[in-house]
Amino acid sequence: MCGIVGLLVLDPALETSLGAMVAPMVSALGTRGPDSTGIALYSSPEEGRCRVSLRRAGPEQSWDALRSALAAQSDGDLEVTLRCEGDVGLLSSGGSLDATLANLGPLVPDFKVTGYGHAVEVIKDVGDGANLCLRYHIGERRGYMALGHTRMATESAVTWAHSHPFVPAPDMCIVHNGSFSNHVTVRRRLEAEGVVFDSDNDSEVAARYLAKRMAEGDDLEQAVRWMTKELDGFFTLGITTADSLVVVRDDFACKPAVIAETDRYVAVASEYRALATLPGIEKAKVFEPGPGEIYLWTR
Amino acid sequence: MDTVSPVIPVTLNCAELTTREINTALRELPDGAGVMITDPRGRHNLAVGLTNSLDITIDGNAGYYTGGLCQGPDITVKGFVGWGVGENLMSGTIRVLGSASQSVGSSAHGGLIVIEGDASLRAGISLKGGTIAIAGDAGSMCAFMAQAGTILVGGNAGAALGDSLYEAVIYVSGTIASLGADARIEEMDDDDMLAVKHLVELTGFDHIEPGNVKKVTSARNLYHFDSANFNAY
Repeated sequence: MCGIVGLLVLDPALETSLGAMVAPMVSALGTRGPDSTGIALYSSPEEGRCRVSLRRAGPEQSWDALRSALAAQSDGDLEVTLRCEGDVGLLSSGGSLDATLANLGPLVPDFKVTGYGHAVEVIKDVGDGANLCLRYHIGERRGYMALGHTRMATESAVTWAHSHPFVPAPDMCIVHNGSFSNHVTVRRRLEAEGVVFDSDNDSEVAARYLAKRMAEGDDLEQAVRWMTKELDGFFTLGITTADSLVVVRDDFACKPAVIAETDRYVAVASEYRALATLPGIEKAKVFEPGPGEIYLWTR
Repeated sequence: MDTVSPVIPVTLNCAELTTREINTALRELPDGAGVMITDPRGRHNLAVGLTNSLDITIDGNAGYYTGGLCQGPDITVKGFVGWGVGENLMSGTIRVLGSASQSVGSSAHGGLIVIEGDASLRAGISLKGGTIAIAGDAGSMCAFMAQAGTILVGGNAGAALGDSLYEAVIYVSGTIASLGADARIEEMDDDDMLAVKHLVELTGFDHIEPGNVKKVTSARNLYHFDSANFNAY
């Protein structure tokens, strides 16, 4: 059992309330997955800047040291800023995403990349959703889209690195409730083709598979369709790119999902409880996504 | 349906009480009491495991296993419900004014579950008795491995209807996407017509015309060892 939530804001007036809307959703699903939690928050990119979400190994790693090391590397040109809270940080750079990631390379493993792109910020930690939302002030965050996950580990360890969402490409995130049965086979094939993994988590295989298909030319919907054919198992998946939210369930609909659509937002959650606090939910169109059907919304 | 006016009106507010407090309070009420459960917001396990004859109204959308394991109360949900409404129901009624998620009445032994909207996948899975009536559509794998009891579908039935069916009987007013393994359509006889008419009266599903209803039962081909397979052992 795990919990997933997704929220795409359609009315720009609601962007100031993104965090206030999504924090209760994630907190409500703590009972479905109390061991670790992750949230991806999307907000409008800043002109010419990229974002890299980071996790430090522990309090012994100093954010100030990272700041100094990055400043030394960039010769002061790239205007690297770092906002951090506890073990989680967000780096914003005026350099290209590739160059920023390459510069970070030598600083790993003290600081791990948990997400990257131009719009997304990823926050992951062990512990339940309510705690994570408090610790990182999720309720105060702004933005246009969020994807969250509360994990009850079944097939790999309870660490922040095994928690969702997984980010296999810039601004792309995936959360998964369920389990894949052939993930080792698919992983082996992807690895033979040069794909590099961050963890031994089964859901990361789906994430890497999707990113690879899209890099080879599939659009999001095609890639998701292929993924549902190639990966065998039980799943409700939430997938986001910079401008889209996708929900898909396996052909037997073994894992739950409920969608709420209004003119102002689209929200998805494992259980209705997590949608019940959304504004205007009593007038929303609330329905279950059908088995094997791909639901895609674009802002 | 006529309802007996409540002897003792009681309100239990989900915003103020835990699920355990609500179910404990319900258990302690005398037979005939009327109860309103307010502000459910998708709360799971409301009104479960009760053996007293209460008239319970849940004023909104409820979560998983609503009315499960009950033996006695009449429950009305003024909204939709999550998975497993009336799971293992023994007797009494549950009426859902909206739609129901998966596994309506799973393993129910008795009672009546009425869904005024649609029911999602696997309604009546492993049904062991009692009656499930769905005004709208039923999702795929309805009545999977159902052993006894009756299911009435007022709309269309999804794929694999009645897969591995035992002795439960399914009546479908609309279309059937496909039959599951060992399920077959049988002729409606006079007793079936009477049974459907009775169900229509009981539920108020007057959009169902008994003359258009199809009956699905087990072909019983999976019941016994087939001697043609002897050499496989």
